[in-house]
Amino acid sequence: MEYGLDLEYSFNEFLKGFGLSSEIAHIIWLPLPMLLVLIAAVVGVLVTVWLERKISAAAQQRIGPEYAGALGVLQPIADGLKLLVKEDIIPAKADGILFTAGPILVLVPVILSWLIVPFGQNLLISNVGIGIFLWIALSSIQPIGLLMSGYASNNKYSLLGGLRAAAQSISYEIPLALSVLAIVLMTNSLSTVDIVNQQSGAGILSWNIWRQPVGFIVFWICALAECERLPFDLPEAEEELVAGYQTEYAGMKFALFYLGSYINLILSALLVSILYLGGWGFPIPVELIAKFLNLPINAPFIQVFTASIGIVMTVLKAYLLVFIAILLRWTTPRVRIDQLLDLGWKFLLPISLANLLITAGLKLAFPQFFGG
Amino acid sequence: MSIAITTQIICFSVLSLVILIGAIGVVLLESIVYSAFLLGGVFMSVAGLYLLLNASFVAAAQVLVYVGAVNVLIIFAIMLVNKKEDLKPISDIKSRRIISTSICLTLLSLLIRVDLTNVWTLSSPQNSIGEESTIRIGEHLFSDYLLPFEVASVLLLMAMIGAIVLARRDVMSKDISTGLPVDQELIEKSSEPLLTNKN
Repeated sequence: MEYGLDLEYSFNEFLKGFGLSSEIAHIIWLPLPMLLVLIAAVVGVLVTVWLERKISAAAQQRIGPEYAGALGVLQPIADGLKLLVKEDIIPAKADGILFTAGPILVLVPVILSWLIVPFGQNLLISNVGIGIFLWIALSSIQPIGLLMSGYASNNKYSLLGGLRAAAQSISYEIPLALSVLAIVLMTNSLSTVDIVNQQSGAGILSWNIWRQPVGFIVFWICALAECERLPFDLPEAEEELVAGYQTEYAGMKFALFYLGSYINLILSALLVSILYLGGWGFPIPVELIAKFLNLPINAPFIQVFTASIGIVMTVLKAYLLVFIAILLRWTTPRVRIDQLLDLGWKFLLPISLANLLITAGLKLAFPQFFGG
Repeated sequence: MSIAITTQIICFSVLSLVILIGAIGVVLLESIVYSAFLLGGVFMSVAGLYLLLNASFVAAAQVLVYVGAVNVLIIFAIMLVNKKEDLKPISDIKSRRIISTSICLTLLSLLIRVDLTNVWTLSSPQNSIGEESTIRIGEHLFSDYLLPFEVASVLLLMAMIGAIVLARRDVMSKDISTGLPVDQELIEKSSEPLLTNKN
């Protein structure tokens, strides 16, 4: 790493100044970024829930929450507190162990996937080599939790919802992975940091969305389907299935599903911005601005400045996508289950395969534009 | 003993305990649903073992393929056909148990023999590839393991064609399982489940 803030290194040096060994400093360091990301994820959920309430109100010409805090910003916290203190009910004929394990299995992989979300050159928990592949692998665990809770509820609507959720998530995983594969092909690396760095050459012009427009759309549709957002929220279609696999859940267990789905939405938006919209990159490269203003790029002040711009850009892009997702939810009707599976298998899968093939061909023909 | 080694030993013992208990549970539990979910846990712990061995790509592939695909499919199948009924008593259960035990013991002795005869020590710790393993796996798949790789893809293609033929009965003039001519009207409307026995 030639440049960029390395908080871990400075923190360890700081602790070593107190005479601690590097191993103990490392152990003290380890929980800090994890805690930070967990807090970021939860705060992100609160913001998204508030946005969802306000935007849906605007879409339906209502006012939305307005009494809890200014513009109702405290409403999601009130919601969360309500869920936290509600009675925890396990139906008499339900399977207690599986009923409890289901929501946990849904939430944990989603939170684990935040491991690979970079907010800057060194601002991520772990730059693991398998990067984006880890996310694809982890997100494939989720259907097990959904099936588990659907089965354990001992309710026909829950079981149907769980089965639908699993079928949907299996069918949309494949085009999702194929469109990620096209990006990986261009980057020559699975690491999310490398994927962003490969797009940082010429600011907005070098973002992957221009080179992978089809992949971008396929990925976004699949990400929405994986999150079970409204054009694709069949697993919990109210008119047909009451609330799908969540029907029997109440209190904190329901809150886990709720948290899981919103964290997943933010995660998907973040990943779209990382894969296709240049991640933490500013539309005009920061290096160019620094050169233009005659500022040294390695000065501590500039480093802090670029790091904060990176975080702001990542979050901004992600929330732009979240906004689009919310708008889609409140303006589009739900597809039928056969339409959903047709779209996944007969449309997105061939398209993403063709996209992969064309990307490989273009990479061979124009290595300077499509990654050599 | 450094902290890293201690953590490794703790992780290894927890993972192997989970694998052993889980695997025994998969075989011995009465409820097939519990067995299927436990199988998922066993697959996850095996992925954890791969992680401990510094093979992160293999671990992620294990999760994706075995937990995310194989196990989900097994659970899916169980949930679609799960009828609460007691298993029929088998008449010659004793001889069957003896045969299966002997087969399992033979396999176990084979594994123990491999364990004892193989040289497990790496020539030097620097030889482990770690993060580069993804690239190495790709290189091997497209050079010296090309034939098994391609044969596997042919196998998958065959399975896929089989699944399509089974799912789309309308391309056949005769029902595969019964040999009766297929009623095309029935397939279009799907008024009764296609896979029920017609006798």
